[in-house]
Amino acid sequence: MEPVLQHKEVVLDVSNLCKSFGNNHVLRNFSLRVLKGENVVVVGKSGSGKSVLIKCIIGLMMADSGTVILLGKDVSLISVNELDKIRARVGFLFQSNALYDSMTVRENLLFPLRRHWLKRESTDEESLVREALANVGLEHTLDMMPAELSGGMRKRIALARTLILKPQLILYDEPTTGLDPITSREIIALMNTISKKYNAASVIISHDMNCIKMAADRVVMLIDGRCYAEGNYESLKKHDDAKVAAFFEGE
Amino acid sequence: MNARNQLKLFLVEAGGMARFTGNFFTQVFKPRYETAELLRQCFRVGYHSLPLIGITGFIMGLVLTMQLRPSMIEYGVESQIPAILSIALVREVSPVITALIFAGKIGSSMGAELGSMRVTEQIDAMEVSGTNPFKFLVVTRVLAATLMLPILVLLNDVISLYGAYVGVNITGHTSVQLFIMQVLDNVSFSDLIPAVVKTFFFGFAVGIVGCYKGYFSKKGTEGVGVSANSAVVVASLLVFIIDLIAVQITDLLGFN
Ligand SMILES: Nc1ncnc2c1ncn2[C@@H]1O[C@H](COP(=O)(O)OP(=O)(O)OP(=O)(O)O)[C@@H](O)[C@H]1O
Ligand SMILES: [Mg+2]
Repeated sequence: MEPVLQHKEVVLDVSNLCKSFGNNHVLRNFSLRVLKGENVVVVGKSGSGKSVLIKCIIGLMMADSGTVILLGKDVSLISVNELDKIRARVGFLFQSNALYDSMTVRENLLFPLRRHWLKRESTDEESLVREALANVGLEHTLDMMPAELSGGMRKRIALARTLILKPQLILYDEPTTGLDPITSREIIALMNTISKKYNAASVIISHDMNCIKMAADRVVMLIDGRCYAEGNYESLKKHDDAKVAAFFEGE
Repeated sequence: MNARNQLKLFLVEAGGMARFTGNFFTQVFKPRYETAELLRQCFRVGYHSLPLIGITGFIMGLVLTMQLRPSMIEYGVESQIPAILSIALVREVSPVITALIFAGKIGSSMGAELGSMRVTEQIDAMEVSGTNPFKFLVVTRVLAATLMLPILVLLNDVISLYGAYVGVNITGHTSVQLFIMQVLDNVSFSDLIPAVVKTFFFGFAVGIVGCYKGYFSKKGTEGVGVSANSAVVVASLLVFIIDLIAVQITDLLGFN
C-alpha cells in the first residue's frame, strides 16, 4: 500500500464476512477495506452475492460470521439507535431504486431528511431538496410521482435521495444497469462529481466497463464468495487467471 | 401436495403470524410513536371505506326487511319486523358484513401495498433511512384498522336500520318515531356492547393478516398478487372464527 494512503481514515472495513442461505454459501471470508475518498468498484457475476454484500455492510442482512466496521463502528454490535446514526452518514442506492411509490419526488427526498433524527436546526429542507434535485438535473420533477418518471430519471431521483444527507460513504448497487450508454455515462460522471464535492468514499457494484474505467480507483473481484483479485483496471486486464480474464473478454 | 405438507405449511404460517402479532405488541408501546402516519392511515382506512359501507348497509337493511316480510305476515307478526331486524342487524349482520367488506377492501390493499413495497425494496429503504419499518408501516396500519372498523360498524348499524325503515315503508306504513321506539325498545346496551367489542378484534385481525401477508411477500410481482389474495381469504375466515368465539364468550358472560 502506498504510504500516503496509510494515513487516511478507514471508512469501511469488512473482514472475513461469511453469509449463506441454507446450502448456498454466498460469501466466504470476504474482506474489503475502503479509505476516505476512495472509489472501489466491486464486480462479480450475477448471483455472486454483491447485493448480499452491501446489505450486510449497511446492516439490512446479518452476516453469519465476520465483522463489518462502518465509519468506526461494528454494525453487528451497536444498538439500533446508534446504527441509525451511522446510517445517516452512509448513502445507499438500491438496485431497484426503491423509490416510495405513494409519495411525490419531493416527499421521497424529504423522507431521509426528516426521518434521520438530525436535529440540524436552521437547515432549510426545501433548499436541500432543490439542491439535491439540481445535482441530478431534475428540478422540474419536484411534484411528480415516481410512476410518471422514466427508468433513468427514477435512477437519478434515487441517486438524489441517496445523496441528500451528504454521506461520507456511498454504497451503489448497480447504478447504471439497464440504462443506455449515454445516460449511464452521465450517471457515472455525476457520481464522480458528487464524491469529489463531498469528499465521500464509495463502493460501487457494477458490471459496466465504463463505470470501472471512469470511476474506479480500485477494482475488487468478487468470485466464489471472496475477494478473488484486486487492482486497478489496467492491472486486472493483464491478469492471467481465467476467471478474472473472463470479465475483460471483448474489451 | 399431501396432507402432511399442508399441515406443516399451515403451522408455519400460524406460527409466523403469532410471532408477528407478538412483535406488534412489543413495538406498539415503545416510543417514537408514528402519530402523523397513524392519523393518515386512519383517514385512509376509515374515510375511504365510508361510501362502500354506507351503500352496502342500506341495501342490507332494505333487502332483509323485504325478504322477512312474507313469512312474518304468515305468522301474523308483521309489526315485530323492526324488533327482529334491529336485533339481527346490530348483533350479527352489520358487524360481520362490515368486517367482511373491510377485509376485502382494506386487507387486500394492505397486502398489495406492503407486498409491493417489500418486493421493490422500499421497506429496506425505509430501514436505511432511520425508520423502523415495522412501526411505521405495520403498527400504524393495524392500529388504524382496529380503531376504524368499530366506527364503521356503528355507522353501518345506523344506515342499515334506515334501510330497514325504508323497507318497512315500501308496503306498510310506520312513522319514524314508532320505528325508532321499536328499535330502542329491543336493542339494549347488552346487545350493542358485545357487538362493538368484537369488531375491535375483527379490525385487528384484518390489519394483522393484511400486513403480515404483505410484509413477508414473496419476491416478484406474482408474490404481491398472492399476498393480496390470501390476505382477504385468511382475514375473512378469521372474522368468522372470532365471531364464533365471541358468541360463546357473550353467552358465558350472560349478555343475552
Ligand atoms: N433473501 C434471500 N434468501 C435466500 N437467498 C438469497 C436471498 N438473497 C440473496 N440470496 C441468494 O444469494 C445469492 C446472491 O444474491 P445477490 O442478490 O447478492 O446477487 P448479485 O450478485 O447482487 O446478483 P445481480 O448482479 O444479479 O444483482 C443468490 O444465489 C441468491 O439466490
Ligand atoms: Mg444485485
